Amino acid sequence: MTAAAAAREAVIAPPPSLTQRRIRPGELLFRLALQFCLLVAFAFLVALIVFAVYKGWNRLDARLWQNMPTGRASRVEAAGVQSAITGTLWVIALTALISLPTGIASAIYLEEYADNTRWYNRLLELNIQNLAGVPSIVFGILGLGLIARVIGLGFTVITAAVVLSLLVLPTVIIASREALRAVPQSIRQASYALGATRWQTTSRQVLPAAIPGMATGAILALSRALGEAAPLILLGAVTFIRFNPDSLLSTYTTLPIQIYNLIKEPQAEFQELAAAAIVLLLVILLLMNSVAIVIRNKFQKRW
Amino acid sequence: MTPSDPKDAAMTHPAPPLITTSVRLSADDGVAHEPVLTLKDISVFYGGYEAVRGVDMDMAGNQITALIGPSGCGKSTVLRSLNRMNDLIPGARVAGTISYHGQNLYAREVDPIELRRRIGMVFQKPNPFPKSIYDNIAYGPRVTGMKVTSMNDLVEQALRDAALWDEVKDKLKQSALALSGGQQQRLCIARTIAVRPEVILMDEPCSALDPIATGKIEDLMINLAADYTIVIVTHNMQQAARVSHRTAFFTAEVDEAGVRHGRLVEYEDTNKLFTNPNHKRTEDYITGRFG
Repeated sequence: MTAAAAAREAVIAPPPSLTQRRIRPGELLFRLALQFCLLVAFAFLVALIVFAVYKGWNRLDARLWQNMPTGRASRVEAAGVQSAITGTLWVIALTALISLPTGIASAIYLEEYADNTRWYNRLLELNIQNLAGVPSIVFGILGLGLIARVIGLGFTVITAAVVLSLLVLPTVIIASREALRAVPQSIRQASYALGATRWQTTSRQVLPAAIPGMATGAILALSRALGEAAPLILLGAVTFIRFNPDSLLSTYTTLPIQIYNLIKEPQAEFQELAAAAIVLLLVILLLMNSVAIVIRNKFQKRW
Repeated sequence: MTPSDPKDAAMTHPAPPLITTSVRLSADDGVAHEPVLTLKDISVFYGGYEAVRGVDMDMAGNQITALIGPSGCGKSTVLRSLNRMNDLIPGARVAGTISYHGQNLYAREVDPIELRRRIGMVFQKPNPFPKSIYDNIAYGPRVTGMKVTSMNDLVEQALRDAALWDEVKDKLKQSALALSGGQQQRLCIARTIAVRPEVILMDEPCSALDPIATGKIEDLMINLAADYTIVIVTHNMQQAARVSHRTAFFTAEVDEAGVRHGRLVEYEDTNKLFTNPNHKRTEDYITGRFG
């Protein structure tokens, strides 16, 4: 052994044995903490589903979607939520039609066209992020004052759809921008280097590559709109509706609002109906999420 | 100088010996080569930072010009200013004049979209579109609105010119991303020549490839030089020596204010630059003593 090696030996403790496996408490503890957190989140979700299915089991039949809501205490056993289902579908479809094109176009501008060294573009970005944090009830108040009253669209399907669109627009924009940003810069450069214009590059290369990410974001945003009740309370959805909407200017109700109405009633039958409606709402949410997964897998590209 | 005369060689060769590659190409091949691109006092700025200062050079038609130098010397920046790819970077600006057949590239009336069709580019990392091999080639002719009598013929010709046809002719409809790295890069070259450019810019086209794939691309470049003007940026001096007619050596210099700028040190016939450079800095670089 050289003198230098001997000097090193003197200051460094000999390493532990290679063949003796040790238990590292820190590693174990951290892993357990992570699993515990996941368990908490998952347990609540399972509890919610189990409880709703259990409570609403007796009413999970065709009456739920074939019958209209009934008045207080009268013919409880014949009550359903059909007008709320159709109302929800109308409102969500319209919200998608309004918010997705607007949100995706905004995201394309901000990501592909805007010069983000300019102060006004940065101001726009900042405000969109702030809007995402505005409570939904505030959007309801805005809709009541501006769209229902000043513009005069009243308590209608279109008013609800416009307000929900405004509500989810920031989410759609932010998710779409993330999807656009995930498209490698090299693809854009390749396209420009062949003499393609900005719009050709965006529409033929960047957008198709960003569709999976955008679809995921869009479905998440619409799922939020689907479950939203607060702004609609202000926009006339709490009224007692015994018919399906048939135009943009129909009055309407939605599932979350109907659930809220039913739970307020004292009869146990109405409570059961509410639980059944919750299960139905969860099923619709699940279906929408599966659509997002299908789109994502269909368009997924590997770089 | 001939190998049979070692005494003569010893006199012109300083020791240690410079790069030893059998140089096959020469700028002076007995044919007149009109300059296609002429750079006069070019400086490139990113915001307030002057990345490259005062470059004067011209690139001859149907020849291969290599830009070499250490990292950060501005050779890629110069390359990207030739087809205005720098326009896509906010804050980038070019001072001086770059003429393409006498036309100032940065004049107001020049359409950068049309320019990039004539001056194509191949990038460092192979970047095929996530589409089929066929659609990768057809994309350029489609977006530039080329009048094509038979797209199939055009695709085949481009792939043949890029020495890729035999390997992919049975799977034109398959994803380009399934090809190997070297095949992808030849596809990118095929894609570039499909729009019939006059100039092809190559930004370290082989740095992500293995030696065999690199050899194929180098052979391809030498063949393409008959029809195209090629400008290549490379980190690999042997590569510059093998494939170029003329070589420009760039380096980064610190000015009086302590700011680094890329400068052109020497621009010469490749044979001359790699055997008997004019500047000490060039010699130090190509012999590995600096950079």
